[in-house]
Amino acid sequence: MTMSANRKFLFKFAFYVVGTLLVASWLIPIAIAFFTSLKSMDELMASPRMWAPPKKLVFSNFAEVWAKVGMARYVTNTLIITIPSVIGALIVSSLGAFALAFYKFRLNKTVLIIFITGMLIPFQMLLIPVYRFSDATGLINTYPGIILFHVAFQLGFCTFFLRNFMKQIPFSLIEAPRIDGASDFYIYRKIVLPLSVSSMAALGVLEFTWIWNDLLWSLILLQVDRLKPVTLGLANMQGEFISNYNMIAAGSIIAAAAPLIIFLLFQRYFIAGLTVGAEKG
Amino acid sequence: MTLRIHKDKLLPWAFLALPLTMYLIWVIIPVLQSLLFSLTYRDTIMYGQKFIGLANFVRLFQDPQFHLALWNNFIWLVFFVGIPIPLGLGIAMLFNQEYAGARLYKTLFYVPMTLSFAVIGTIWAWIYHPDFGALNTILRAAHLDSWAKQWLGDKRYMTMALVFVGVWRQVPYVMILYLAVLKNVPEELVEAATVDGANWGQRFRHVIIPMLAPATVVAVTISIIDSLRSFDIVYVMTNTKARAAEVLASYMYSSAFHYQDYGYGSAIAVIQFLITFGFIVVYVSNTLKNELQR
Repeated sequence: MTMSANRKFLFKFAFYVVGTLLVASWLIPIAIAFFTSLKSMDELMASPRMWAPPKKLVFSNFAEVWAKVGMARYVTNTLIITIPSVIGALIVSSLGAFALAFYKFRLNKTVLIIFITGMLIPFQMLLIPVYRFSDATGLINTYPGIILFHVAFQLGFCTFFLRNFMKQIPFSLIEAPRIDGASDFYIYRKIVLPLSVSSMAALGVLEFTWIWNDLLWSLILLQVDRLKPVTLGLANMQGEFISNYNMIAAGSIIAAAAPLIIFLLFQRYFIAGLTVGAEKG
Repeated sequence: MTLRIHKDKLLPWAFLALPLTMYLIWVIIPVLQSLLFSLTYRDTIMYGQKFIGLANFVRLFQDPQFHLALWNNFIWLVFFVGIPIPLGLGIAMLFNQEYAGARLYKTLFYVPMTLSFAVIGTIWAWIYHPDFGALNTILRAAHLDSWAKQWLGDKRYMTMALVFVGVWRQVPYVMILYLAVLKNVPEELVEAATVDGANWGQRFRHVIIPMLAPATVVAVTISIIDSLRSFDIVYVMTNTKARAAEVLASYMYSSAFHYQDYGYGSAIAVIQFLITFGFIVVYVSNTLKNELQR
């Protein structure tokens, strides 16, 4: 493309001006929360300019929210729920994905359609029956109850995602050991799983964020305060500390920290996971 | 294609046994149960259901709160598609440059996507605060006092205030979808068109738009499906007490879990499902079509 040097410079200049303005204005709400979390109540009351950086940094909001308000427990609860759910969803879905990627059987496409459709239905279609099932089996208000649910519900997306990846594995890698007499489970475990590590990492990053951020299912399946995750802890805090916004803001930052760090560290994986299905070929 | 695949009758089912059983218990059977429950009257979760045919649906169509939830959902849908799609595409095209720092812009712009609605709702509830909130503070500083409203307290503004927050989070998502595709638009194709004398508008219409079509189908269908799923924002920012901002998802929740009207709640869920179903079919068939080309 031939562009004069002048036009090139103007284009670049416009890019930086528009880009900076856009990003800055988009992140104002997050900046407000961040600054507010570091302000004292006095400063907050004295100056209504929420978007101004704090004059004096106050870290005690975080300490107080973490220890006294119980954010420490809520974050721990979220970890207890999220980590096994992600691992479980990855392992269970890899079995299904293996079957759908490498075997030709009559219902292959039907099973795939069921998994994809299930991931898109409104959650409300599941609420009452899942609540009822959990109540009847005693899984309600237990961690295994919500973990099993998360694993099951995420199978739709995970199976779809991993199946697409496994389809790209060269078939000779599967066929050669088979001729040598290796069992199918051996091929799954020793060949396909190791080859799928990177795609499972991408999927894991995405699933971690989703399950960490869940609110609705914890609301239904964990109705005891001591079991609640950080999303519900934060929602409850809003009612209790209505005027201490510096504390609520500190709570928000704590609740947002883990997914944000995971995203910043594994950005490439995160995006690869989100765009599956949007890219053709 | 067929050469690449095993023909074994039982083995795939051995691998599918665990995932399919779990999916049956927690997804497939519940969907069928909800369809069934919507035809019953039940005020306890376990027992006492009575088959009442379509009575719940008849009641829904006469229920002003349901009409309101349906209307609010329509507003959600219109803005969830109408704003993020063009804006997300525009921003994706802006950031799809090879300048130093473009990556940083993209990364920062994604950040709202990674936050939970619990966090986002909490932050925005404070911004909308009638007395201390940043929004009204700015409006007053600009001497636009009459523009400063009770954003989450006034029936007239509530839904729009919530939709705006949803849109704020959806734009980065749509941008990600478009960036993934724009990255794949071959430079040579654009260059060839330029050499052939195509101007910017022509290049956009004849080279870039056709490349973006599949991503647009995904972005539109997912945005519609998401708009009908919007519950978390409404719950966190109004605690489902502000009935004027109710959407189908929150009305279903309050009917079932506040008023123990499980049959009626199921009927609302079924309506949500029916509205979404067409778009799910579009998404699934589109996905399968792309898959078969592989």
